[in-house]
Amino acid sequence: MDENLISINKLSFGYGKELLHKDINMQFNRGKVSAIMGGSGCGKTTILRLIGGQLKPNSGNVNVDGKVVHEQGREGLRNIRRKMGMLFQHGALFTDLSVYENVAFPMREHTDLPENVIKDLVLLKLNAVGLRGAHKKMPAELSGGMARRVALARAISLDPDIIMYDEPFAGLDPISMAVICDLIRSLNDALGATSIIVTHDVAETFSFADYIYFLADGGVAAEGSPKQLLASKLPFVKQFIHSEKDGPVPFHAEAPSYQSDLAL
Amino acid sequence: MNNILNFFEKLGASARSSLSGLGSCARLFFLTIIYSSDSFKRFNLTIKEIYFTGVLSLVIIIVSAFFVGMVLGLQGYYTLEKYGSSEAIGVLVALALVRELGPVVTALLFAGRAGTAITAEIGLMKTTEQLSAMEMMAVSPVARIVAPRFWAGMISMPILATIFSMVGILGGYFIAVLIIGVDDGAFWSQMQANVDFHNDIVDGAIKSIVFGFTCTLIALYQGLVAPPTAEGVSRATTKTVVISSLSVLGLDFVLTSFMFV
Amino acid sequence: MERVKLDIWVGIFVALGIIAMFYMATRVGNLTSNDVKETYEVKAYFENIGGLKPRAAVKASGVVVGRIGSIVFDPEAFHAVVKINIDERYSFPTDTFANIYTAGLLGEQYLSLEAGGDEVNLKAGDLIVHTQDAVVLEKLISQFLYNSAGEDDDKDKD
Repeated sequence: MDENLISINKLSFGYGKELLHKDINMQFNRGKVSAIMGGSGCGKTTILRLIGGQLKPNSGNVNVDGKVVHEQGREGLRNIRRKMGMLFQHGALFTDLSVYENVAFPMREHTDLPENVIKDLVLLKLNAVGLRGAHKKMPAELSGGMARRVALARAISLDPDIIMYDEPFAGLDPISMAVICDLIRSLNDALGATSIIVTHDVAETFSFADYIYFLADGGVAAEGSPKQLLASKLPFVKQFIHSEKDGPVPFHAEAPSYQSDLAL
Repeated sequence: MNNILNFFEKLGASARSSLSGLGSCARLFFLTIIYSSDSFKRFNLTIKEIYFTGVLSLVIIIVSAFFVGMVLGLQGYYTLEKYGSSEAIGVLVALALVRELGPVVTALLFAGRAGTAITAEIGLMKTTEQLSAMEMMAVSPVARIVAPRFWAGMISMPILATIFSMVGILGGYFIAVLIIGVDDGAFWSQMQANVDFHNDIVDGAIKSIVFGFTCTLIALYQGLVAPPTAEGVSRATTKTVVISSLSVLGLDFVLTSFMFV
Repeated sequence: MERVKLDIWVGIFVALGIIAMFYMATRVGNLTSNDVKETYEVKAYFENIGGLKPRAAVKASGVVVGRIGSIVFDPEAFHAVVKINIDERYSFPTDTFANIYTAGLLGEQYLSLEAGGDEVNLKAGDLIVHTQDAVVLEKLISQFLYNSAGEDDDKDKD
């Protein structure tokens, strides 16, 4: 068995003519929690979409369990996606369905399980995220943190091999953040899954991730275990980890010189 | 000079974008047909959408139909009376409703009530990443979201238009016969003698099916291509009403010139 | 909403649609009143059909007994050939008269059949020999004017 469940090889991608990613290489090991970090707008989420086959790379490829994602037909893509669970930034719960129906959704779509089995499974998944008591509520009645936990329960409802998290900590209070951190780690280990987290929260990520990639300027700026990165002398990594204002990442957006803008 | 060039550039760009929109619409239609077998297996999804697009539109359809019928009865009576043929009021009301007003006004109300709801719902689902989430769960949004709404629109529209025509005729009857006092027998017999089932009623139903197809597809398409922002969704909703209304009126002219010559 | 409740509402909606369609077909339209199904075809020649159209009514004693099938112009004999579909339930003698009349002063034109006295009945494909053309208003008026002018001349002579 290959040690890397997912590998990204020489991948380039851009929405328009300008490339967002240039020749990126990444490996995600089985059973590990890997994180992709970087400033806002550097294309972290885009990488998750490329892995999920929602976007096609301009060149290079994404390889999931020995299969090149963008070369798959409809059926192949379906099979790959059935092994994946994804937690979206704001949960992306189906607002017209109750919490219970949200978690049951993938089971109803992909399995022919009888209703009583589905009920047991749904309550089990909700129990894993601590929200069994809220199964009758509608998504609009939940707080941000609770909604994200329900979305997590939905993402793991078919026991996926790969769980992807898009900004799981964004906009959460410290307690909810800690709860989610804990859940990511424990679910990963309990399911024997491979997790990929996209985030820019340094402290939380360094506390539990196994391997971290730093993205900057369209490429991988640094990679390694949290310990290695903390010891890193790279100015970009130092600036990011210690959240310094001054450093290689500029505060100002690229612009003509101030003087010319003021017409001096 | 520059202004003129600019104008033509904009004209070309808008022509190109509307053509590509038409192409994407056609593609959406074929995708919907392909995925329809999936959604027919679970017809309760379509039934739910028929409830939202059809049943909930009933009140507005019935109320406006009754008023339209009453206005037709009143205006028609005053005009026909001048020529001494006020008994023909039944024919006038029935033909106007069955051939034109039934399908057209229903389609316009449908675009305003159900079409905007479809666009806003799908646009918001896109904005909140629900469609992406569905796709990542290996569930096609076309099969789960688009196809049921499409068929619900196609089924609801002819039913609503027929109900509109019926209620409108009753509205005309109410004014002409019960209020003004046109002869009851003449009202119905003139109507029956001059409204043909195949040429008028069936053609009117065909119109409403075409309009249902157009309005629903436009609403779905606008929802799917709406930019994922609050402004984008609100603009898409407006576009749905504008484009649907214009398409319905334009198509009505084309269909009429084919059918009733 | 509960699924059963939803199903009931949609059921009511569809039933309402069917009722409306049925109502339109029977009460508003003429589907049942002019229910001509099984027919046989005969033809008739006319010098002038006036405003007669395909699918116009064919009446006998004012009762609809059939529909006009097709109307074509015969370029050799220079007259109109009208195909008439008559309901199988009714049969007419071979010497039946076919006249084109107008319903009311400004109404639609229809074909009226007036039965003759022959023993033999019309079969499919037969020709109705006795026909009377549509009345053309212009002709009528010019005739009237000509006649009244003539009358004036007569008076002058007296």
